[in-house]
Amino acid sequence: MTNDQIQRVTMPKWGLSMESGKVTEWLVSEGDELEKGQDVADIDTDKIAGTLESAWSGVVRALVVEAMVDVPVGGTIAVVAPADVPQEEIDAVVAAAKEQLASGAIEDESGPKVAEVHVDGRSISYAVLGDTESEATPVVFVHGYGGDKNSWLFVQEPISADRATYALDLPGHGASSKDVGDGSVATLASSLVGFVNELGLPRVHLVGHSVGGAVATVAAADPATLGKVASLTLISPAGYGPDINAGYIRGFAEAETRRELKPHLQQLFADQSLVNRQLIDDLLKYKRLDGVDAALALIVAALLDGERSAVNVTAEQASFGGKTVAVWGAEDKVVPASNAGSLEGKATVHIVDGAGHMAHAEKPQAVIAAIKEAIGAA
Amino acid sequence: MASRKISYREAVNEALAQEMERDSTVIIMGEDVAGGAGGQGEDDAWGGVLGVTKGLYGKFPGRVLDTPITESGYIGAAVGAATRGLRPVAELMFIDFAGVCLDQIMNQAAKFRYMFGGKAVTPVTIRAMYGAGLRAAAQHSQALYPLFTHIPGLKVVIPSSPYEVKGLLAQSIRDNDPVIFCEHKAMYDVIGEVPEESYAIPFGEANIVREGDNVTVVAIGRMVSMAEEAAKKLESSGISIEIIDPRTVSPLDLDAILESVENTGRLVVVDEASPRCNIATDISAQVVSEAFGDLKAPVKMVSPPHVPVPFAGSLEDLYIPSAQDIVNAVKTVTEWSK
Repeated sequence: MTNDQIQRVTMPKWGLSMESGKVTEWLVSEGDELEKGQDVADIDTDKIAGTLESAWSGVVRALVVEAMVDVPVGGTIAVVAPADVPQEEIDAVVAAAKEQLASGAIEDESGPKVAEVHVDGRSISYAVLGDTESEATPVVFVHGYGGDKNSWLFVQEPISADRATYALDLPGHGASSKDVGDGSVATLASSLVGFVNELGLPRVHLVGHSVGGAVATVAAADPATLGKVASLTLISPAGYGPDINAGYIRGFAEAETRRELKPHLQQLFADQSLVNRQLIDDLLKYKRLDGVDAALALIVAALLDGERSAVNVTAEQASFGGKTVAVWGAEDKVVPASNAGSLEGKATVHIVDGAGHMAHAEKPQAVIAAIKEAIGAA
Repeated sequence: MASRKISYREAVNEALAQEMERDSTVIIMGEDVAGGAGGQGEDDAWGGVLGVTKGLYGKFPGRVLDTPITESGYIGAAVGAATRGLRPVAELMFIDFAGVCLDQIMNQAAKFRYMFGGKAVTPVTIRAMYGAGLRAAAQHSQALYPLFTHIPGLKVVIPSSPYEVKGLLAQSIRDNDPVIFCEHKAMYDVIGEVPEESYAIPFGEANIVREGDNVTVVAIGRMVSMAEEAAKKLESSGISIEIIDPRTVSPLDLDAILESVENTGRLVVVDEASPRCNIATDISAQVVSEAFGDLKAPVKMVSPPHVPVPFAGSLEDLYIPSAQDIVNAVKTVTEWSK
C-alpha cells in the first residue's frame, strides 16, 4: 500500500543522452522542511552539472543515495512527505527504492522521443515529451542562435507533466537541415509555421529564446497561424530593441577552437563556471558539421546592422495581440534587459536576478513559472 | 546533430563513403580494399583484411582500386595521382610495411610543396593500422607514427575514438598535404557516439578528454582509453587528472598541453610507441623547455620497453602500457618531493 502523500525525488533526465547522474552534494538534510522550488542537490552528469529543485513542499524524510554514487535516471534519490506520515511507511518506500537501485531494474521511459518532419524541403528534427493525446494545448519550444532542441532540458520536462511539448531544431541548427535560405528571421519563422502545420497542431503555446523569441513572435503574427497561437513566452528575445552584443554574435560564428569559443560562451551566463568542457565540446561538434559555417554566416548577416540589431518584431507582437510573458536575466550580456522597455504595457516582463542570457538554464524555475503564467496552468 | 553509436571501423567506412560522395576526385587504393576474402562476389566482398572498406567497391564503381602486393608501387602511384588532381586514400594495411615505400612518402610526397616553390600540392591520405594487442607479432604490431612525425611536410593523425576517426579522416582527405592516418587495429570494434552528418575536425587542436587539477596526462591514440580507466581508479585516492588527446601529433597543439601544465604543475605522457625518440620524449622535452618554471615534479613517461613487440601473449600483455602503469606514474609525480 502506498501513501500518496509520499513523494519520491528521482534522478532527473537532463538531455537526450543522459543515462545516469550523481549527487555531488546534498543541499538538504533529513528532517529539513522543504519548500517547492528549493534547491535539493547539486547533480553532475557526463554532460552537465546542475541543481535539482524540489517539485514539492514537505519534509525531507530520507536521503536514499550517498553523494558521488552513480544513479540511473528515474532512480529514487530522496523521499519527501509531511511530518505526520509514519516512519515505517517511509522506511518501506526507502527499502523498495534501494532494492530497485540494487537490481538495476529502473525503466526509464521519461526521456523525450526524437523525430523529424519535412517543411519546405528541409528536414526539421524535434524532441517530443509528454502526452500527445492530451486535451491541453501543446507547447512548442524555439531555441536561439547556435542552440538546439536540447537547450530546454531543465524546462521541457516539468512543462510536459500535463501536456505534449515539442522542442524543434531550427534550420541550420541541431539535426535539422543546414540550409537556412537567406538566414532571415522571416525564413526561420516560416519553418516554425510549417512545423506547427505539418504536425497538425490546431493550437499551440510558443516559447522562444533569444532569436527564437523573434522567430516565435513573427510566426505568431503569420496569417497562416491565425488563431492558432494561444500565447507567447519570450526569454531574452531578440527583435525588441536595438541593443545586442554583436561581438558575441560574430565571435560565436567565427570561433573554430575551444580557446576561441570559450570567452564568447562565458558571456552567456551570469555564472561563468557553467561554461564547462562538455558545453564547449558539444558546441564545437555542432559547429564542425558541414554547412553550419555557411548557415551561421547568413543568420549573422540578417541579425546585425553594424553593432545594432537589424531585427524588429514589435509590430508583429502588436499584431499578434495575444498573451505575452517575457523573462529577462538581469545580467544578460547578449541581448540586454535594457531592451525590455519596448514590451511595457504589451507584456508581463519578469527581470530575473542571478541570470544572464540563459535564464532557462540558470534559473529554470523562473522560466517555468513564466511559461505557466502564459499558458494559464497551475 | 543526430548521433548514434557506431564502431571505430564503421566510422572509417562512413567517412570514406561521405567524402567520396562529396568529392568525385576521392579514390581508394590498396591491397584487397575492394575484394579480399570472406565474400562470395565483388559487392559482398570482405573489404580489406579487417573489413574496413566493405561495401565501398559496389557504391563507387571504378573508384576503389585493388592493387598488387607492392607498396612501393601503389603508394608511389597514389602520391603521383595526388599531384595530378585526385585525392587518393591509399591503405598501407600495416604501418610496419612503411619501410618498403618510405622514399615515396618521405622524400617525394613530403617534399613536393617545398621543392616546387609552394606550387605543388599533394593531397594524399595514407591509412595504416598500428599497434599491439592482436597477437600479430613483431612485424605487424608496431606503433611507428614517431617515424613520420619526424619528417617535416607530413601530417600525422592518431584518432582515439569513433567520433575522432570520422572527423579527422574527413579533414585528412580534404587537406592539401600528405597525411599519415594511423588506426589502432585493436580499436576497430570500439563503439562511440558519432553524428550521421559529415564533419571535419581541424588539425592541431587537442581534445580535453577530461578536466582535472592534479596531473596533466597526455595520451596518444588507444592510450586515451587507458588514461580514462586510470582516471577512474585514481578518483578514490582523491587525485584528479586532466587527460589531453592531441589528436594530431604533427601539427601538435603544444599550447593546450602547456596551459594544462600551468594549472597542474605535473605531467605524465602515455605513448604506445617504442620509448626512444617517441612522442612522449618529444612532448616531455618541449614542456620542460617551455614550462620548466611551472613543473612541481619531474615529467614521467609511460611507454613500452625498448624491445620488438613480443609474440608470446603473456609478454605482449605486459608490453602494452596499462591503466595501472598510468596510475603508478601519476602517483609517482604527485608523491614526488625534492
